Amino acid sequence: MASALINVPPRAKRGEIIEIKTLISHTMETGFRRTQLGAVIPRDIIRRFVCTYNGTEVFSADLHPAIAANPFIVFSTIAIESGTLVFSWTGDNGFSVTESAAIIVGGPEMAPHTPQRSEPPRETRDGPR
Amino acid sequence: MDRRTSRRDFLKTAGGVAAGLGLGSVITVVPARATPAEMQEAIRKVVGGARISPGKVKLDLPPLIENGNAVPLTVTVESPMTEAQHVRAVHVFTEKNPQPNVASFHLGPRAGRAKVATRIRLADSQNVIAICELSDGSFWSDSAGIVVTLAACLEDGI
Amino acid sequence: MRRFGAAVGALAVAASAFAGEIAPSERRSGYDFMSRETRAMQDDDTANPGMLWVLEGGTLWEKKTGAAGRACADCHGDPRASMKGVAARYPAFDAAMGRPISLEQRINRCRVDRQQAPPLAYESRELLALTAFVARQSRGLPIDVTIDARTQPFLDAGRATFHRRQGQLNLACAQCHDDNWGRQLAGNVIPQAHPTGYPLYRLEWQSLGSLQRRLRNCLVGIRAEPYDYGAPELVDLELYLMWRARGMTMDAPAVRP
Repeated sequence: MASALINVPPRAKRGEIIEIKTLISHTMETGFRRTQLGAVIPRDIIRRFVCTYNGTEVFSADLHPAIAANPFIVFSTIAIESGTLVFSWTGDNGFSVTESAAIIVGGPEMAPHTPQRSEPPRETRDGPR
Repeated sequence: MDRRTSRRDFLKTAGGVAAGLGLGSVITVVPARATPAEMQEAIRKVVGGARISPGKVKLDLPPLIENGNAVPLTVTVESPMTEAQHVRAVHVFTEKNPQPNVASFHLGPRAGRAKVATRIRLADSQNVIAICELSDGSFWSDSAGIVVTLAACLEDGI
Repeated sequence: MRRFGAAVGALAVAASAFAGEIAPSERRSGYDFMSRETRAMQDDDTANPGMLWVLEGGTLWEKKTGAAGRACADCHGDPRASMKGVAARYPAFDAAMGRPISLEQRINRCRVDRQQAPPLAYESRELLALTAFVARQSRGLPIDVTIDARTQPFLDAGRATFHRRQGQLNLACAQCHDDNWGRQLAGNVIPQAHPTGYPLYRLEWQSLGSLQRRLRNCLVGIRAEPYDYGAPELVDLELYLMWRARGMTMDAPAVRP
């Protein structure tokens, strides 16, 4: 059961650059390690991460075994409109996880949203609650 | 099989056979350390024949890390990130990991800011290279050296 | 590992003859001995990999399980209230067992007795997730294990283990963690060994793990036969370490190199 932690500000001003932090549980087995008996542990990594914003891809990453276990990726995007950000991770052995987060984007007359640090991280879950 | 075949050659053949049988790279068996030459080759594969100039991109790495398993890395590029002038991609490579590629991040004008952060594994004290590709087709690079006290990648799995 | 053995061997020769306990005012968390980067990883809940287990623990908390079809939430309700301070006082005395038990053992007792489900294996993903979730509810609280007539003998046994030379390297925990904390050993600084952040994400493990896993690592490091998970020796040692760290602030899930 993979879990993912995504931090997206729930609201933003139109045109504001927002920072998105993603963390997903995955061992990212490199394929270079061996067991005590000398057998190679096969590679098992997340190979691709994609973020779409109302259907349009705004960021993606191709990952290799040198990315640390439980991959942590921070990137930014412009809050252009309200909607949904969808995050998907795919990799070896059919690994595929998709999470989403809603964002409300107000006009310039909207009150500035509180700094990210004072907001608790938005937790999304895989599977039934 | 000739007994004098080196282990490296045997492993390369085995890997090739596995690939030939369509098994894909389920098992990747490579030499314990890549070389700076292999890193250059990996960079060439991504960048093509284009010239890479130092500048514009900034690679942030701690100068010393206690454990090579989770090294924080940030890459920033000075760019207006407009439709006309933006960063298309950022590629990261290492000199001495078993494999030189680390990641490729694909940005674009929707990013707003050309800044990406992640955590990487480093198998040894070495240089890490970040190369950014701009919308005008030019390539820029920055490198940082880091001392790794305890290596990643090469510890035994238990 | 060979490097570690050689370095520790040299330390054994140089170590002082008697062990002095650390003065309460001098006690510092392992957090203080870490690099800036590792500390930053722990401080940010959105970057701390240990939080992935806490997240999973939260899901398991709500999940009905076992023949009784009960979730933790069904008896314990809101964990922020019911589990607040719990991890800070474990190991705690269990009347049925007649001895202190660890938090992991307590969770398994609940699973077997109340949920009628099989106990979770030590270091399994689920047990780590639940332990991390419960421990998270004690963040910021002082460690407060109860030492009374019932638990005193077990505290004494734990203290004896801490001070006993063991293994082929013939080292006692006290020699590194009371006498030589702050000095370097095989590339890392020796901490004082206070369990304020357990279960924690250890970079070497690339995973979250329990205090007992760490203790077993140490025992292997001094070339001693490690006690089994859940062994009374380990629980007594946990009790002693928690008592030794009494009053220090819990900060689970921590990150350590």
